[in-house]
Amino acid sequence: MSINEKIVADFVRNKIEFVTTVPCKQLAGVIEEIGRSDAIYHIPSNKEDEGMGLCAGSYMGGKRSAIIMQNTAIGVTINTLVTLIQYYNIPLPMLISYRGEIGELIACQVEMAVHTKALLAQMNIPTYHFHEQSDVNELDGILKFSFMAKKPVAILTDASFWQGA
Amino acid sequence: MIRSDVLKELQPIISNQLVVCNIGLPSQELHNLDDQPSNFYMLGTMGLASSIGLGLALVQDAKVIAIDGDGSILTNLCTLTTIANNPADNFILLIIDNGSYGSTGDQPTYAGMKTSLAQMADAAGCENVIECSAQDTAAVVKDALAHERMTIIVSKCESGNIKVPVIDLDAPVIRHRFMEEVARRNS
Repeated sequence: MSINEKIVADFVRNKIEFVTTVPCKQLAGVIEEIGRSDAIYHIPSNKEDEGMGLCAGSYMGGKRSAIIMQNTAIGVTINTLVTLIQYYNIPLPMLISYRGEIGELIACQVEMAVHTKALLAQMNIPTYHFHEQSDVNELDGILKFSFMAKKPVAILTDASFWQGA
Repeated sequence: MIRSDVLKELQPIISNQLVVCNIGLPSQELHNLDDQPSNFYMLGTMGLASSIGLGLALVQDAKVIAIDGDGSILTNLCTLTTIANNPADNFILLIIDNGSYGSTGDQPTYAGMKTSLAQMADAAGCENVIECSAQDTAAVVKDALAHERMTIIVSKCESGNIKVPVIDLDAPVIRHRFMEEVARRNS
């Protein structure tokens, strides 16, 4: 099973039926796999805060949701994370490509990478960093934790993790 | 007619419907007029009422009315493209367009100047867009509820606010009772 298939299988196992995505090169494979899944309604978003609104609506409608986005989106979504997702106790797994780490080719991505973990820590968002491919085995437990705690969680996936995915 | 007059006329029509209501005075006015567990009040996060409403409409069968404002739509304008391309026939988006940012002191929005939200919704690909006067809004919403097709309504009204108290409900309580109501309607 590829990394992408494993991620989507864990989503489905945890009854995630509604996934919104904003593209990133690193996430292209997993977004494609989401689109292939019959168990998941895939709704592309234009902007990550819009996506979080869609996810909140789906959750309140009885369907678990998740968002797939780039770490630059943390800068876009702080207000939404704090005043919608956290304030109303809405669980939201966020699968995030951790751009700007070792292996990055675009210098500008580093500018957001250096703030990513600090911003997530400032918001008290439980954060996990997938670096080795085997780290994906943590995903099932992280998803269960998010829905149990009714909190957003951040799963940062760096270039090493996606290598060969 | 100002927004609170429109809401007053809508009250008997939407009282028993799932309503996702925009941040600030719209939610406060609706809460003051007719608090229902079927109302989801946004206490923060400007611009996302239409997105929350669409997400909710896509995953369950009950009708959903998102009450938004012109300023809020403009802050999340891309929502119109997402709505157009993911139609949900149980979804009604009601944009109360008073041409101003009401909650912050009635500063003018561009929707009150050259920009037409109805035409923007149309250009985004929304198929059933109705622009109506404040006076006609209740009848238009009633008609939209009677049909199984996604409808975008732009209600043109005057700017102005009434004095209403802030909402004292805790956010998780609003969310919890709303979810119970959604589940009850789908059981």
